[in-house]
Amino acid sequence: MANKRLVTTTINGEVFEFLCRPQQSLLEILRDELRLTGAKEGCNNGNCGACTVLLNGAPVNSCLVLAVEVDGAELQTVEGIACSGELHPLQQCFLEGAALQCGICTPGFLVAAKALLDENPAATEQEIRFTLAGNLCRCTGYDKIVRAIQAAGAQMQTATP
Amino acid sequence: MVEKTEYKVIGTRPIRHDGADKVTGRAIYTDDFQLPGMLHGKIVRSPFPHARIKSIDTSAAEQYPGVFAVVTAADFPNLTDKIANLGEGAVNLVHLASNVLAHKKALYKGHAVAAVAANSSHVAEAAAALIKVEYEQLPSVTSIAEAMRDDAPLLHENLVTDSPLGENSDKPSNVATHLHFEKGDVAQGFAEADLIVEREFQTATVHQGYIEPHVSVALWNEDQRVKIWTATQGSFTCRQQTAELLQIPVSQVTVTPCEIGGGFGGKIAVYLEPVAAMLSRKSGRPVKLIMERDAIFEASGPTPGSSMRVKIGARQDGRLVAAEAWLAYDAGAFPGGVIGPGCMCVFSCYDLEHAVVDGYDVLNNKPKTQAYRAPGATQAAFACESVVDEIAETLKMDPIELRLLNAAKEGTRRVDGPVYPRIGQVETLQAAQASEHYNAPLDGQNRGRGIASGFWFNCGLKSSAAANVNDDGTVTLIEGSTDIGGTRASLAMQLAETLGITAEEVHPQVADTDSIGYTDVTGGSRVTFATGLATYEVGLDIQNQMCQRASVLWDCNPEDVQVSNGTYSCNGHSLSFKELAARLPETGDPVVGRASVSPDCSTNGFCTNIVDVEVDPETGKVTILRFTVVQDVGRAIHPSYVEGQMQGGAVQGIGWALNEEYFYDGSDCMKNASFLDYRMPTLFDVPMIDTIIVEVPNPDHPYGVRGVGEPPIVAPPAAVANAIRAAAGVRMTQLPMSPPVLWNAMQNQSRSVSD
Repeated sequence: MANKRLVTTTINGEVFEFLCRPQQSLLEILRDELRLTGAKEGCNNGNCGACTVLLNGAPVNSCLVLAVEVDGAELQTVEGIACSGELHPLQQCFLEGAALQCGICTPGFLVAAKALLDENPAATEQEIRFTLAGNLCRCTGYDKIVRAIQAAGAQMQTATP
Repeated sequence: MVEKTEYKVIGTRPIRHDGADKVTGRAIYTDDFQLPGMLHGKIVRSPFPHARIKSIDTSAAEQYPGVFAVVTAADFPNLTDKIANLGEGAVNLVHLASNVLAHKKALYKGHAVAAVAANSSHVAEAAAALIKVEYEQLPSVTSIAEAMRDDAPLLHENLVTDSPLGENSDKPSNVATHLHFEKGDVAQGFAEADLIVEREFQTATVHQGYIEPHVSVALWNEDQRVKIWTATQGSFTCRQQTAELLQIPVSQVTVTPCEIGGGFGGKIAVYLEPVAAMLSRKSGRPVKLIMERDAIFEASGPTPGSSMRVKIGARQDGRLVAAEAWLAYDAGAFPGGVIGPGCMCVFSCYDLEHAVVDGYDVLNNKPKTQAYRAPGATQAAFACESVVDEIAETLKMDPIELRLLNAAKEGTRRVDGPVYPRIGQVETLQAAQASEHYNAPLDGQNRGRGIASGFWFNCGLKSSAAANVNDDGTVTLIEGSTDIGGTRASLAMQLAETLGITAEEVHPQVADTDSIGYTDVTGGSRVTFATGLATYEVGLDIQNQMCQRASVLWDCNPEDVQVSNGTYSCNGHSLSFKELAARLPETGDPVVGRASVSPDCSTNGFCTNIVDVEVDPETGKVTILRFTVVQDVGRAIHPSYVEGQMQGGAVQGIGWALNEEYFYDGSDCMKNASFLDYRMPTLFDVPMIDTIIVEVPNPDHPYGVRGVGEPPIVAPPAAVANAIRAAAGVRMTQLPMSPPVLWNAMQNQSRSVSD
């Protein structure tokens, strides 16, 4: 196996250094090395979105990103969405709206939805459905997820006029 | 029965107790769990759908640096035929063992053959590639019709049809079981019919599609105790299966159910746990095994494809007078598919005097099929409800009116024998008929509306619960039902209601198999009903003890203490539950409530769907415009999670209707074993799903709960097919009704019209 490389990256505002082999995915390093297990492995080939993280603000499937690629990058994971002990409006709205059942897809949805709402808190149902179509949920039928994201967007708009 | 108007907690929508953990990424699912020194395993799988295993050479893998253990079926104890009752379903242990690791033959592509444990997943993968398996390929069969032929390749050379309720055979075949149910005299019934509709139907094999892979961690400790952390719907049935396959007592195995990322019936049978345990025994280290997504499709337990024929006779006035069904379902590689419930459900929505049902459990070179949300009912409902729709159409009757005229009700005897107690099919149909959706106009070309009903038993089985009263007036609830979709909340709410405290004052914990009494699987829509019944009885137990404690404080008879809305009073004294809890230390030992139940009944859930579709005549693509689920849930404990079950089941049913299928080519190997190619509905494929909760209380539960999880998946394929008929004029008899299939059907129809 090829030698390990040193990678420096910022995750949820904190600087991390880790060693990884070139073939290791970002998801594997996040989960197994850094113990940030919020990002989930559902398929390991980019089809389900459960491992979604933000790479320089953009949602990516971390199973399809090589860990060596994130050297110098800014990452955000589900662990960084709540701030100073307070849930983000998205998290609160997911709970109030029962937008999760088993919860395995929830971290990916929260991260992907945060990217969308940060850019467009007034996203319409169609925009939400189109933008997040790469995140699969098998439990909810999506109805309550869409409503929770819309409710969170409304709260974010009120909070930042 | 407690009157609904008196409820304080039931019917409200508190935040689920495990919510914060699940939205922050802190909840521990099995793959998030690690032990010091843990090894990672990799399973070697058959590349062929049917092959004799001539030899397995593991020597190169064993010598590979970083490898600590390799196992094959030869490492496991020999088992004799024994049927293990797993609560919801039973399994022959020899078959289960052969499925976990193939013995003499690989029976489907992906069948596990060997496993390796190494110090990293990458090393395990490299070592697994060094395991040399010599196969002799055998002719294979995946279609039901071909598997039933006399000259079909046999999966099990000595298997003969075993039919406690049907015809037996001495000649080996792929027909594992024949079921036969009969009621009345169908010949007489059909003779009374003015109209007889008979159609054949085919449905593809489909998968539950849970997003979390199967994953297990096992530690075979030096004291010979086996500890397992796993993604399972039933920790006790997992313990039982694992102990049986390892031939050790159940008391030697502890199963800790981690948070679980979906199951839908697919996480009841064991796949990884015994293998991880054996790898741990050989290596002396804890071992984690994860099933890759392609292996989940190819080698876990999808639910059967089917080949069906349904014939129903009706009088001119719409009364159904006779019905006949012939159902053959995939068993997959081993006997024991879900044909039984399919037979029992096919006509379960109707009050029929004359009916006959034949069912066949057919072995073929697919993975061993398993339960999927109302197992067997969806296929059967697709056939029955399509024929009923055609009868309504031919008689020019409103489809709900026709169903109401023939609806099963209290006293109706199903074809398989049971007589219904109070059920809610009529109320469900009436609610659908009165709904805004059903009365809204549907304008536009290529659009149509469809109706269908569905039924699932919802079962009871065994559950245990215990609870500790804390000095601060809160109660810790301990129960053994894996929480897949919010059952901590629905159980805590029932205990809170019983005790007169708030849902937040109950702290529910899902315990391991050493910490709570036996509890059957989270399946059969049974947790909120049966484990709910146990928590209710725990509440009564605590209440009795609290009355006794109050009597100590007040120097009165315990029987004289009155309890109302959580307030205890006697002779002018009065204390709330919280106040009394604070004074427990002065009255004696801690108050611990306990209960175990085994309600031996079905709670009988009925569901009706209304769906509007638009069919694209150019492509055959179906767009779901609007979808309403109407379901009798008995009593909705937490309405948000009840709606969520109805919506989720509906969307799974829409996927089954329109896209999902195991696609086989001529080699009998599944060609679409990924989420990209096995096309489950995405956000962009479905609209909002409207729900109408009907509450006809279940007389066998103190709060009237019937259970909710399974019925919503039953009717959607039929409802969508009936809507397609209304929109495009074609009667679809095959699932999935994917664009090419529907487009071809429309082309054939326009050709036959122009002829």
